[in-house]
This record gives sequence, structure tokens and C-alpha cells, in this order.
Amino acid sequence: MTFGAILTALVALLFLGYYTGRKRSISLSDKSNQRLHSLPQHYGYLIAFWSSVPALLILLFWSVLESSVINAAIVAQLPAQLQQLSADELGLFINEIINLSHSSAPISDDVKRHAVLYYKELIEFSDWVKSIVVFVLAFVAMFVALAFVKPEMQARNLVENLIRWAMIACASIAVLTTIGIIFSVIFESIIFFKTVNVFDFLFGTHWSPQEAIREDQVGGSGSFGALPLFVGTLLISFVALVIAVPLGLMSAIYLSEYSSLRFRSFAKPVLEMLAGIPTVVYGFFAAITVAPFIRDLGESLGLSLSSESALAAGIVMGVMIIPFVSSLSDDVISAVPQAMRDGSYAMGATKSETIKQVIIPAALPGIVSGVLLAASRAIGETMIVVMAAGLSANLTFNPLEAVTTVTVQMVTLLTGDQEFDSAKTLAAFALGLGLFLTTLVLNIISLYVVRKYREQYD
Amino acid sequence: MINIKKREELDIKIDKTVGKPFINDAKFSTRNVDVFYGEKQAIFDANIDIGKNQIIAMIGPSGCGKSTFLRCLNRMNDTIQDCHISGDIKLDDEDIYQRQQDPVLLRARVGMVFQKPNPFPKSIYDNVAYGAKLHGLAGSKIELDELVEKSLTRAGLFKEVKDSLHKPGTGLSGGQQQRLCIARTIAIDPEVILMDEPTSALDPIATAVIEELMISLSKKYTIAIVTHSMQQAARVSQRTAYFHLGYLVEVNDTNTVFTNPEHQLTENYITGRFG
Repeated sequence: MTFGAILTALVALLFLGYYTGRKRSISLSDKSNQRLHSLPQHYGYLIAFWSSVPALLILLFWSVLESSVINAAIVAQLPAQLQQLSADELGLFINEIINLSHSSAPISDDVKRHAVLYYKELIEFSDWVKSIVVFVLAFVAMFVALAFVKPEMQARNLVENLIRWAMIACASIAVLTTIGIIFSVIFESIIFFKTVNVFDFLFGTHWSPQEAIREDQVGGSGSFGALPLFVGTLLISFVALVIAVPLGLMSAIYLSEYSSLRFRSFAKPVLEMLAGIPTVVYGFFAAITVAPFIRDLGESLGLSLSSESALAAGIVMGVMIIPFVSSLSDDVISAVPQAMRDGSYAMGATKSETIKQVIIPAALPGIVSGVLLAASRAIGETMIVVMAAGLSANLTFNPLEAVTTVTVQMVTLLTGDQEFDSAKTLAAFALGLGLFLTTLVLNIISLYVVRKYREQYD
Repeated sequence: MINIKKREELDIKIDKTVGKPFINDAKFSTRNVDVFYGEKQAIFDANIDIGKNQIIAMIGPSGCGKSTFLRCLNRMNDTIQDCHISGDIKLDDEDIYQRQQDPVLLRARVGMVFQKPNPFPKSIYDNVAYGAKLHGLAGSKIELDELVEKSLTRAGLFKEVKDSLHKPGTGLSGGQQQRLCIARTIAIDPEVILMDEPTSALDPIATAVIEELMISLSKKYTIAIVTHSMQQAARVSQRTAYFHLGYLVEVNDTNTVFTNPEHQLTENYITGRFG
């Protein structure tokens, strides 16, 4: 049976388990004239769990291990000289066997033909054993669980425990994924830092990742000073935040404190739509409207500017992240209790005094997290920068010059035609690690700020 | 007009307020006050004087409009959308609803204490200093310190909090929080203090402390208090007003209202027949 068929059968077993468990609990209680400890469906849930979940876990486990076991078995029966091949070549050979097993073309090579036949045999055998094991386990677990059903069994509490474990499993998957990503980035970065010195990477001011592909080629020397990239990222993000924080915060205050309900119900979704526009559209807008406008404006002031600038990218990015600031701030400002406002008004405070002195301090944690969310969007933004700020790694704090950012360079590093273990591609992981650490530090700082200045209401 | 229907069901007429609604030397005087929330009328033709340095208690069953009436006196109802008020409300013979009246300045003269203690999420000191800073009542830090101490002392709270002035006001007990709110109100030195069921969230001991405080404050301030407790009205107030379904039924000296009510509805309420 295929994986899908087994899965479908297990789902059917789940329902079967539910009904038998329910029924059995009712009939037992009728027979013994004893009141059930829990509702009949709790017994049903328990039996449904035992009749499908353990079998499902075995099925998943089997499917994951299957291919490596079969591959090892194929290699074991290959002629000795083939077994001497390196791991990479063996992998290629096995891939070929698997591909051949799916095609119907005749195979001339004897060794390969034997291997393909053996592979097919193994797969078939594995499928059979898998189906039998899974169903035997499912039924055994179901009957054992049914045998445990008694009216005094605390099924409700057991179901509650199962739900608790299910929640723990969900939470750990999210956490483990994060940890996994961090570790993969760290390990690749360590390989990178074996070829490039950490300090040269962090504090080097020259970024030019082109390397010679052949020994004799006259190419770039490969210089990995990431400082211009991080400065570019921070410069553009700073411009974006300078635009987004005042605009977003003010519009949030207007929407939650001043505007009529009708205007708010119309304006808030429209404002939030800004976040839904694809970034490539923003990039387009930045490149063909804002950047030339800034260049022309600069020229009329006597400055000669390029049509790519950090300012153009930052402004457009700022507009894009306004909703992150405004929407979250609006929610937390609206959540400040009316009693706080009443208290302040009753003291003879005006609206703006109340907002400034009572509402904003009380809503500060939410506002800061909105700004943080906006900042991480700005730091991670790629498309607008590619289109409006350029690709040249200048170390400058002048927003009128062309700069590039960490994410943009990561894209260009990974879309090249170099091998995956060259310093050039590995540099992308090191940049990713740097970016991750930057946002982490920003998060820690803002947590500290919030804890220090928040005014908690109850 | 559901209110009128109910009134007919009770078959007791409310033509005009009985008792002694008007007095000489009034701090507040209201004439023909109607209050509407959108289409719904909450107060019908309220006429009453509130005497200087007196405590007036407003009693009545829930939803009778006593809190709404109280909130008219410092224009807190302005903050509620679609609330309309007609009629005259005069504070020291000046119409507080006239065009040139600034509600913000009015509220500095007419302070308010709410049902649920609502200290700001700031330190005890900042809570009390809040209004003084807004209105520029203290020229220097020393003056402000003195003002805070004086207000907390008058609210009977200073001894309890003098070592924790810079801890959050929200960390105090309910009764202390309410006294903090009173301290914060008297720090801006208002002429009138409105109290909207100030002890309904407190235990009997904290209530007794606040009641004593009200009596001592009434030497300096005019106090209007809304309460659900008739005992409280009897204990603290000189005059009592009875509201019923938006109508001001009876106003008189507290003693008279509780011993010899003129109106049948007042009698029903104070004898516990409904409410």
C-alpha cells in the first residue's frame, strides 16, 4: 500500500476508534449500572488517539528511515570495485538506479539491471511490511485501549493531558525550527570564517566578493569587508524609520483618539493596505518616481546626484512600513482603559496632554513592538533597495549616495554561478548571521527600554 | 419613550420636584436640564441648587440618571459622542455651557472622583503632581513637593505612603488608591468635588475612612456625591436628592428625606420597596 492509502486508512481508523470507544463506555456503564466518570465522547477521543496516533508515528518514522536502509542494502550487494567509490559517486550511482527503476527502458549494464531489480524487490517488501506493521499496531493499540475502558476511568483528565502534550509538541516544533535555522547559519558561517578572518569581515571597509573561478583567471581578489553593507542597511532603515515612526504614530493617535468611528472604519483598512502591496511594486515606484524626483530636486539645488540613493529607497520603505507602526499602536492605544482618559480629563487636562502624559506611556510597550516590527521589516527589505539604492558597496553616512544592504548582497552572492562551498557563497551565511545578531541586539535593547519606561495599568 | 410607560405603570405622577430644591447661596444651580444620549432622554427637566460647602447626596435606583446628572456638572459628558444637554447649569452664576466657557478650565474648578479608583500608571508622587504640573500651580520643585505632601496629608494618605512616594500608585490597595485619586483632585484646589459612587468598590473600613474624609473636606469644598448606599447618604450629606427614571423626584434636607419623605416614590425607595 502507498503512503497515502495507509494514511487514509488510519483516518478511517480514527473515526472507528471514536465510535467504538464511545459505544463501549456507554454499554459498560449501562451494564454495571455505574455512572461514567467522563462524558462518552472523552472515551471516544482516547480510543481514537490510541488507534491512530502511535501507528501514524511508526509510519512517519519508517518512511523517513526507509530510503537510507534500502540504499545501504543496495550498496552491500554491489560488486567490490563499485563499493570502493567515494560517497558522492555512490550517491550518484544510487540516484541512477532509482531513476532507472521508474523508467521502462531496457537496461544493458548487468550490474545496474541487478541493482534495479533488487531495489524494486526491496521497495515492494518494505511497503508490505510497513502496511502490516502499521495496521497490526493500530488494531492492537485500539483493542488494548478498549480493554482499559471502565466507567471509573478518568477519561476526561487523560484527554486534557493529551491536549496539553499536543500543545507542547506544536510549541516545540516552532522553537526547534528556529534553533535549527540558527545552527545551520552558524555552521556555514564557521566554514566561511576559516577562509576569511572574522575581524576582516566585520570591520573591513572594502566589499568586493568576486573571486577567480579558475586558478589562472584575472578576476576579483575576493574582499569581504562587510562594514559598508551593515552601514548601508542601518542608513536605509534609519531613513525609513524617520519617515514611518512619526507618520505611523500620529496617524494611530488620530485614528484612535480624534477621528469619528465612520472615518476610522474606512481609513484603518486603507492604511493597512499599504503593507499588502508587493515590495517589487514599491521598488518600481521608488526607482522611476521618487529617485528621479530627488535627483532633480538635488540638481535644482546645485548638487549633482545619481539617480540611485539611500534616501529614495528609505523614503519608499518608510511608507511601506507605516502600517506596522500605525496598526499596532492604534490597537494598544485603543486598549488603554477609558478610566485613564476620564481621570485625566477630570483633572482639567486637554486631549493632547492626556495623550502625551497618560495614554502614550501606558501604551508604550505596544508602540515599541510595532516600531520593532517595522524596523525588522526595513532591515530585511531587499527589493526596494535593489531597484532604488543600487548595488555599490559604499561606506557612507550620506543618504544621497548610492549604497547597498546586507540582504541585497546575500541575493547577489547566492544567485551567482559559483560552487556552493566557495567563500563567495558562504559569505551569504555569514551576512545572514550578522543580520540575525543585529536584530537580536535591537530586540534586547528595546525590551530593556520598555521595561524601564513602561507604565503598567491594570 | 419607555421611561414614561414605566412611570404610568407605577401610576405615580412626577409633575415637578417636591421638597426644597432651591436654596440661597447656591454654588451650582441647574434649571430645566434635559440630557439625551442620541434619541434616548436620560434626564427630564432637572431643577436643583447645590449649596456652598455642603455635601449633597444623589440617590436612586440604577439607571435613574444620577451619574449622568453629575457628569453634566463638569462637562464630562462632552467626551461622550452624541450626548446632548439643554437647559442652564450655572456655577457661581456663570453658565458653564456657554460658548466661551472652556471645559478644560471648568474641570480644574470642578474635580471628579470616579467609582472605580483610576490612578494613573505613574508613581504616587506623579499622580498627585499631575494636575499641578498641567495648570502650573507650583513654581519650583520645592513648592511641588510641598503641594504633593499637603494634598496627600489632607486625603489622609501621607502617613501610609511617605516612604514609597516614587512607587507606582497602582500598587496601593483599593481604598488607598481612591484616597490617592482624592488627593490628586484636591491638589489642583477645585471649588467643587464630584464623587461618583466613590466607595462602591471598597470594603467597609476603607469606606468609613473615605466618608470621614468627605466630611472634613466639605469645610472647604462643595461636594456632590452619587451613592447607592442610603446609609452613606444619611451619614455624610446635608441634603439629599432622589432621582427616579430620569426625573428629579425630591430634594430636601437629608433628615427630612429619610424621616419624612414627601413623595410616594421616595418613600418606596428609602423603605426598600424597590430599588
